[in-house]
Amino acid sequence: MADEALFQFLHSEIIQYVNSAESGESENGRCVSKLESMGFRVGQGLIESRHISVCRFTKDTPRFKDELDVMKFICKDFWTSVFKKQIDNLRTNHQGIYVLQDNKFHLLTQLSAGKQYLEHAPKFLAFTCGLVRGALSNLGVKSIVTAEVSVMPACKFQVMIQKM
Amino acid sequence: MSRQSNRATDSKKMNSELFTLTYGALVTQLCKDYENDEEVNKQLDKMGYNIGVRLIEDFLARSSVGRCHDFRETADVIAKVAFKMYLGVTPSVTNWNPAGDEFSLILESNPLVDFVELPDNHSNLVYSSLLCGVLRGALEMVQMAVDVRFAQDTLRGDSVTEIRMKFIKRIEENLPAGDE
Repeated sequence: MADEALFQFLHSEIIQYVNSAESGESENGRCVSKLESMGFRVGQGLIESRHISVCRFTKDTPRFKDELDVMKFICKDFWTSVFKKQIDNLRTNHQGIYVLQDNKFHLLTQLSAGKQYLEHAPKFLAFTCGLVRGALSNLGVKSIVTAEVSVMPACKFQVMIQKM
Repeated sequence: MSRQSNRATDSKKMNSELFTLTYGALVTQLCKDYENDEEVNKQLDKMGYNIGVRLIEDFLARSSVGRCHDFRETADVIAKVAFKMYLGVTPSVTNWNPAGDEFSLILESNPLVDFVELPDNHSNLVYSSLLCGVLRGALEMVQMAVDVRFAQDTLRGDSVTEIRMKFIKRIEENLPAGDE
């Protein structure tokens, strides 16, 4: 088992690297999308490597019943296996938009507990947005994932399902 | 009290797949960004160094290991405490040179390479270079300059992974300028 400090340091080192490779104001978007795409690949991999446990999880129902079922899996099992806690609140408009709220998001807790450094928060969320999108993609759900923070370390991930 | 501190370290355990896959994503990205493997190795080592410099604080705070008196003790702490704590493996310490300033860490398994296969066109890539940087950075913060490199790597067909560490010198405490 690896230690979480290691992941945290690696994560912030990756942000640092991507940021310095894409310097300049206008490159901010590219920096975020690079982090997002790295997260995407990791999210896919996590579901692949967890495939057996996903199957076990869904033993009684051979597949997820519906989209909501998949989202519940992300909020409970997936989030616990990655961040060791569940999503605190899941809301949906039943039209393909889900809002996942984490009141104490793991990768922000080291950063600040207030408005300080708020402008840096998006960089610390981009990887995780990709992570969720990658996981969903390998569970057969195509989506767009964005994140917003108003007060750290709480944040909301918005998942918009793309109808195929 | 010791039980309490045990629990504190236990609760820090996490999904190592996440770490391994994230590291893989980083290496993949670096290979895209840089044309040449040497540059990737260098960048990984540099990032490792930055991590090591910060990781040592976390390590000293959590492990309650004091100052090492010689390089042998350092080797033991790295293998038995640090690797165990952060990667969950315990490498063996072997191949001491007669002067006692150089040794090898032998890793039966390297958690960083769990799902990895090196494509043929990356023959110069030292996939786990990050580890060298981490070790170098961490030791530098406790006044030890060391040289760290991979001597064997399972990814390149060797039977084990061997990290060779050589003690260079003690780093003297920097006195502020003008302070005799």
